[in-house]
Amino acid sequence: MTSNTDRERSKAGALQVKGEILTIRRAGDYYVIVFAAPGVAQRTRPGHFAAVAVGGQPTAMLLRRSFSIHQVDTAGALGGTVEIVVDAHGAGTKWLVERKPGDSIDVIAPLGRPFSLPKDPVSTILVGGGYGSAPLFMLADRLRERGCRVDLVLGAATASKLFGVVDGRRRASALHVTTDDGSMGTKGRVTAVLDRILDDYDGQVIYGCGPMPMLSAIAEIAQNRGIASQTAVEEAMACGVGVCMTCVLPVRGTDGITRMVRSCTDGPVFFGEDVRWSDVGTVPTDCLGAPIAQPESSK
Amino acid sequence: MSAPIDMRANLAGAQLPSPILTASGCAAAGRELDRFFDITEIGAVVTKSIMLEPRSGRATPRMAETPAGMLNSIGLQGPGVEDFIAKDLTWLRDRGARTVVSIAGGSVNEFGELAARLRHEEGISAIEVNISCPNVANRGQVFACDPMSASSVIHAVRRNTSTLTPIFAKLSPDVTDIADIAGACVAAGADGLSMINTTLGMVIDTTTLRPALAGITGGLSGPAIRPMAVRCVWQVRQALPDIPILGMGGIATGLDALQFLLAGANAVSVGTAVFNDPSAPIRIQRELAAALADRGFESVADAISYAHREQE
Ligand SMILES: Cc1cc2nc3c(=O)[nH]c(=O)nc-3n(C[C@H](O)[C@H](O)[C@H](O)COP(=O)(O)OP(=O)(O)OC[C@H]3O[C@@H](n4cnc5c(N)ncnc54)[C@H](O)[C@@H]3O)c2cc1C
Ligand SMILES: Cc1cc2nc3c(=O)[nH]c(=O)nc-3n(C[C@H](O)[C@H](O)[C@H](O)COP(=O)(O)O)c2cc1C
Ligand code: FES
Repeated sequence: MTSNTDRERSKAGALQVKGEILTIRRAGDYYVIVFAAPGVAQRTRPGHFAAVAVGGQPTAMLLRRSFSIHQVDTAGALGGTVEIVVDAHGAGTKWLVERKPGDSIDVIAPLGRPFSLPKDPVSTILVGGGYGSAPLFMLADRLRERGCRVDLVLGAATASKLFGVVDGRRRASALHVTTDDGSMGTKGRVTAVLDRILDDYDGQVIYGCGPMPMLSAIAEIAQNRGIASQTAVEEAMACGVGVCMTCVLPVRGTDGITRMVRSCTDGPVFFGEDVRWSDVGTVPTDCLGAPIAQPESSK
Repeated sequence: MSAPIDMRANLAGAQLPSPILTASGCAAAGRELDRFFDITEIGAVVTKSIMLEPRSGRATPRMAETPAGMLNSIGLQGPGVEDFIAKDLTWLRDRGARTVVSIAGGSVNEFGELAARLRHEEGISAIEVNISCPNVANRGQVFACDPMSASSVIHAVRRNTSTLTPIFAKLSPDVTDIADIAGACVAAGADGLSMINTTLGMVIDTTTLRPALAGITGGLSGPAIRPMAVRCVWQVRQALPDIPILGMGGIATGLDALQFLLAGANAVSVGTAVFNDPSAPIRIQRELAAALADRGFESVADAISYAHREQE
């Protein structure tokens, strides 16, 4: 092995590590898993994600599950700790939340392109839908270190599906809560409070993580106001490391050309105005290399 | 401790230091995996099938996990051959990795043109011809499912490729008699055969009550198809005792790779397992060396087709 490749690999972001689960606790409808993952914490920026193997070895569940990195502690046990927030709904996530402290966890992290931070101490709004708020707390810390005002908006269908209300009060400049059913905070969607906050504090950047319709709405509000938005998308991923092309969505490049872009390597964070929101799930006809209209052939 | 295993592999003249390769479409062009292991240490990188022009691929969802496997319906997304040569092939060459370039086309001509375009490029150990794609001129019927279409493609590629560069026809398992197609490809000038490509499958989402994939059907891969792949290698080896075979389908461990060698493969590709473990190729290479040593083999070559031996 040449020293050149050693250097290339060491500077690359993601590590493949066998970590150890330290704690698993409930938080509303979610589980927070804290694990030791040597070397990962130092490399993590807000918006990065982790790909976790599920099912044990050998397993019928081949594909890793992706989770936003919620929290890291470089001084934590065993070479640094990482926290993820898990909504246990399918077989893989259910398996994961049933692990016990001391169990090993097979993780690749940090992956993806994180949020970028504004140069100036502008006023920012962070919007998290459900567990989508997970990466926003680290982001809030970084922004406030830079002197940015941080308004954190947490929204969910119902109170138990909110994540981080207590933490949010402490770490943001101000916390705003919405629920669809009105069980906590303002009744309605996050968009119901966004305009007022943007007006009140002259918000210059909106950061969002959560369901696609929410991200799309945020991007539209930002665009109408001529301000920036950064959105962390969630697309089904087979590999998480950029080799399979399953996780794509139509994104406009700086050259104006739309391409099907990998959300695991070029995202998950995209500038809101670059994503072709209404075309997600399709291949727009003006996309680079789009099929010329003809009857669909099989395979 | 005995002498180290001779891991060298020979794919129709392409000399490789190891019989472990990546699988087309499961390693992009090597760069992403090079962060997890040194890609120059494995046999070769097999690149994602490249077409003449840029291709967007299909709509999403493009994948569905299945028991011990997955369905994919990517639709050959790629940047087109010019961009591939300028960026990916150049990078692989500079990196010092051996490269098998996989090509795909919608017509016999497109395959021929691709081969001609690659002909004078350096750093290509072999060409893998992905004939498991729809033939636009024949109502989208897959080339690999018809001996005539398959042989026309192989013929066109052979005519446009230097005799110094081996070409491998990549076979689909979705045929009645795979040895039949194999024979047709060899007769048309294939120097070797890769098998198997994915097998067509389908999942219906019981929540939306619709097909899970935007492309409706998709290719099944992973350990779920391994027995089918081993069977294909075995049958083709029986029919064609001397043809070089690159085996694949669900290889996730050194012992899986060993099964393929024993069935008649000269080397193997590791595909879907990479999604679970990005360093799978190098791990499998180490595991295979150990498995060969444990069984008293001195080289990879000694294990090839060993399961076909006469009863002792
Ligand atoms: C960048 C990113 C960040 C994410 N962050 C979080 C997070 O912080 N907390 C959290 O709870 N979940 C998060 N998710 C979603 C999480 O990955 C899925 O809920 C999980 O993979 C579902 O696995 P399962 O076995 O429970 O479900 P199953 O339905 O059994 O999964 C089957 C397959 O589909 C894939 N899949 C199913 N649903 C999703 C989905 N919504 N997104 C992506 N892949 C899916 C799985 O990976 C798996 O391969 C994130 C996804 C991405 C892409
Ligand atoms: C996501 C994905 C993309 C693939 N793309 C290609 C391709 O472009 N060309 C090709 O010849 N085979 C392609 N294949 C098939 C693999 O190369 C391989 O033949 C098959 O998956 C069986 O091996 P495996 O079970 O180890 O993955 C693809 C497979 C997967 C899972
Ligand atoms: S998940 Fe494989 S390329 Fe993004």
